[in-house]
Amino acid sequence: MTGAHAAFRRLTLGLFLLAGLCLSSAAVQASVQATGDFAAAVQALDAKRFADKARAIEALAATGHERSAVILRAMLDGRLYYRKRDRRVVIAERLEKGFRISDAVTGEPLGEVGKRKVKKISINNKLRKQLRATLARLSLSHRDPRVRRQSVQEMLATVSAAAVPTLERALARETDEEVAELLRTALALAALDSPDREERLRALRVLEGNIQPEVGNRIRRLLERDSDAAVQAAAQRALTAIESKLKFYEFLETLFFGLSMGSVLLLAAIGLAITFGVMGVINMAHGELIMLGAYTTYLVQLLMPNHLELSLLVAIPAAFLVSGLFGIAIERGVIRFLYGRPLETLLATFGISLLLQQLVRTTISAQNVTVANPQWLSGSLEINAALSLTYNRLYILCFALLVFAALLLILKKTSLGLQVRAVSQNRAMARALGIRSGWVDAMTFGLGSGIAGVAGVALSQLTNVGPNMGQAYIIDSFMVVVFGGVGNLWGTLVGAFTLGVVNKFLEPWAGAVLAKILVLVFIILFIQKRPRGLFPQKGRSAES
Amino acid sequence: MNTIHERLLATVAAIALGVTALNAQAGDTIKVGVLHSLSGTMAISETTLKDTVLMLVEEQNKKGGLLGKKLEAVVVDPASNWPLFAEKARELLQKHKVDVVFGCWTSVSRKSVLPVFEELNGILFYPVQYEGEESSRNVFYTGAAPNQQAIPAVDYLMNELGVERWVLAGTDYVYPRTTNKILQAYLKSKGVKDEDIMINYTPFGHSDWQSIVAEIKKFGSAGKKTAVVSTINGDANVPFYKELANQGISAEDIPVVAFSVGEEELSGIDTKPLVGHLAAWNYFMSVDTEENEEFIEKWHAFIKDEDRVTNDPMEAHVIGFNMWVKAVEKAGTTDPDAVIDAMIGVTVPNLSGGYATMMPNHHITKPVLIGEIQEDGQFEVVWQTPGTVVGDAWSDYLPGSRDIISDWRAPLSCGNYNVKTGKCSGQNF
Repeated sequence: MTGAHAAFRRLTLGLFLLAGLCLSSAAVQASVQATGDFAAAVQALDAKRFADKARAIEALAATGHERSAVILRAMLDGRLYYRKRDRRVVIAERLEKGFRISDAVTGEPLGEVGKRKVKKISINNKLRKQLRATLARLSLSHRDPRVRRQSVQEMLATVSAAAVPTLERALARETDEEVAELLRTALALAALDSPDREERLRALRVLEGNIQPEVGNRIRRLLERDSDAAVQAAAQRALTAIESKLKFYEFLETLFFGLSMGSVLLLAAIGLAITFGVMGVINMAHGELIMLGAYTTYLVQLLMPNHLELSLLVAIPAAFLVSGLFGIAIERGVIRFLYGRPLETLLATFGISLLLQQLVRTTISAQNVTVANPQWLSGSLEINAALSLTYNRLYILCFALLVFAALLLILKKTSLGLQVRAVSQNRAMARALGIRSGWVDAMTFGLGSGIAGVAGVALSQLTNVGPNMGQAYIIDSFMVVVFGGVGNLWGTLVGAFTLGVVNKFLEPWAGAVLAKILVLVFIILFIQKRPRGLFPQKGRSAES
Repeated sequence: MNTIHERLLATVAAIALGVTALNAQAGDTIKVGVLHSLSGTMAISETTLKDTVLMLVEEQNKKGGLLGKKLEAVVVDPASNWPLFAEKARELLQKHKVDVVFGCWTSVSRKSVLPVFEELNGILFYPVQYEGEESSRNVFYTGAAPNQQAIPAVDYLMNELGVERWVLAGTDYVYPRTTNKILQAYLKSKGVKDEDIMINYTPFGHSDWQSIVAEIKKFGSAGKKTAVVSTINGDANVPFYKELANQGISAEDIPVVAFSVGEEELSGIDTKPLVGHLAAWNYFMSVDTEENEEFIEKWHAFIKDEDRVTNDPMEAHVIGFNMWVKAVEKAGTTDPDAVIDAMIGVTVPNLSGGYATMMPNHHITKPVLIGEIQEDGQFEVVWQTPGTVVGDAWSDYLPGSRDIISDWRAPLSCGNYNVKTGKCSGQNF
């Protein structure tokens, strides 16, 4: 920017002096023409074809006019319009009704107009990319190091010898180490095309082990065309180093994907581990309790539209209460009459699951609803060019572990937990000792259901929230609990993460469909061998 | 004994009465059958189409009906259950004696009703984009064939955006698999190498896209411009686009062009991660024409909800309905044979400022529009074919169907005619 800017200032200054000294008509004409060129370039942005618009953007950037960056930025943001009446290119600000417009060339305000009086100058992805690159070139000296990093990153793909002086100047005054590193990479990439063999070798040494995707591509291209043996060997060495590093990060990435999928399975299954694992109730409506939790998130967001960032934190206890109360109602209303009759419980809860789906369908909508993602759950944590972990998955992984720990504490350290374990191990003895087994059953079922609701809050951030969403998780949940060992929370934890990781390592070479099938076959075979799962219960309680 | 006899007689009499009543009714009105799922998984999309047909019938009646008779809509619910589609189609044709049916969404439901329509000589208007490779005498395909959606979209990516590497991602069922087979053959004919094409299938409702998106990212970082051609169906799209955004892939890096994402699908979701991605259709709600504005106004008035969107299959029903009305007027009767013959060549205006003509292969001419998704869930048209494209029933890029044409005009009257062997196989699918 400053280079072009200064040149422009010098030019105008020169013109001014010249005009002031002798009022030469030719100079005035030149100045008028310069503004004229700029105006013409702006007008050319309003072209029919995208190719013409692309040329106009180039031309506009080449004028070096101080307003060109403003106009290009407006175009990128979709604020550049033309007035239908006289096709004047304007920058528009959206108002409640219509737009407030100002002239693009001069910046002079033109008042407010109706929605139908102006039309947007449309851009497509290709132009957006070009605009970003152009703006990047104009902003290599931007104040914010993130913007500078972005600019260099944009330039990496196309860097050539022509850009070297600009890059060297930028490197000389760069203070941010990360940006400087990127600049050195860019310079080395440019040097790969150098006719000097020594320089190419030096560049390869700099680039060795650099995992920027562009570096690998450039070295591969160099390998194809360079005939020099030393360069070939060096390039091969650099490439091997890059690839072995990439392999390692790829492994870490897949591991993370597996853990993340495992955390989703854990969240979905952990409530079931209580109701099915501890109480022995086959609850087919478990998925719908998850769905209710997700819908609670939706309702909470509707109730507090201005506090989107906080809404999730409010939704967690709310979903726990809603799903927990539904769970208690189901237990008191239906399941308690069916203890010891698993087939009838299965059918009855299946019926309840259909009822709950229809309830949501009629009261809210048959269509999926929008659950917004707070800012802190979007984007990813960039560790390096090859490895980045998405925030939503990262948070949910931690959240699943927290829920698991909380549940473990409740079961092991509270009196409710003690009673739950007592009733599940020997109902008659527990009752003889004065435990109200009916109340404990209701509380246990409520706890399991409430945790399903909490899982729903987390899942609403990953997948669609609709009346059918529970169906997708019910089978997976049962699979995890059975695989891990009925009645054992640790089994559920290990089972969920094992299945997640195995699935994700299978997926790249088997495809998503086959990977799922393979995992299912694996579980069937495993259950044949060990019918009680990974961690079977031992001792007297195992008898029942 | 006597009483049983009496009762039997009474029943027979009642049935006879009922039949005459039915016949009398059939004489008074022209019946329009609506065969769209109103419950089950497809209800979200298909209910809108039922409402569209009801609106069109109401409107036609306001204009004085057809051939001096009122139109009467008969709505049945096949409940997203494919075999039930065939039963309900039989019910419409045999019991209700409808003169025309508007219906079906998924290809499998169409395949299920096809034998019924051929056996009972009914007329079906099918409004959804599909994989082609079919042409029945009794079906009129008002949705897009692959050459009216998929191929132009690929052309746009190749010529305007300079895409060189291709990810063909789809849900694992017949439409994506056939479309991808056609696209793969087409890309190869354009000189794209095998290693520059990546094909990926996922189950219905897939929600864990992490590894697939990571793979696409890796595939796209090889220094060549990459695009995803998506035949991913239904709500699996939302987590897919979310994952793309979260892993930092923008529409500028790797654009995704989708064939199953329309206004209706976007109306229930957070569109932020989708902005800039593309969709190829033959109609967008945002198309700026008078016909479209009028249609949207009518739709809002009929459905009594200003927020409802319009979409491509709705336009297909509008075109199909208007064509049928014209053909009946031309034939002067609702007799299926006469109407089927009269349909070919019928031309009606579409909603994007052009005209749709019924071709001899029972497909119609359509413009192809490419739109970019905007923040408000609407599309902005960035490219369109200069004229309209004729729907091609049998793809030119598949080895099996390259030599097959369809022409339902006499004397050929064949939906599956092999120009090499000069034989009509008689089979339409």
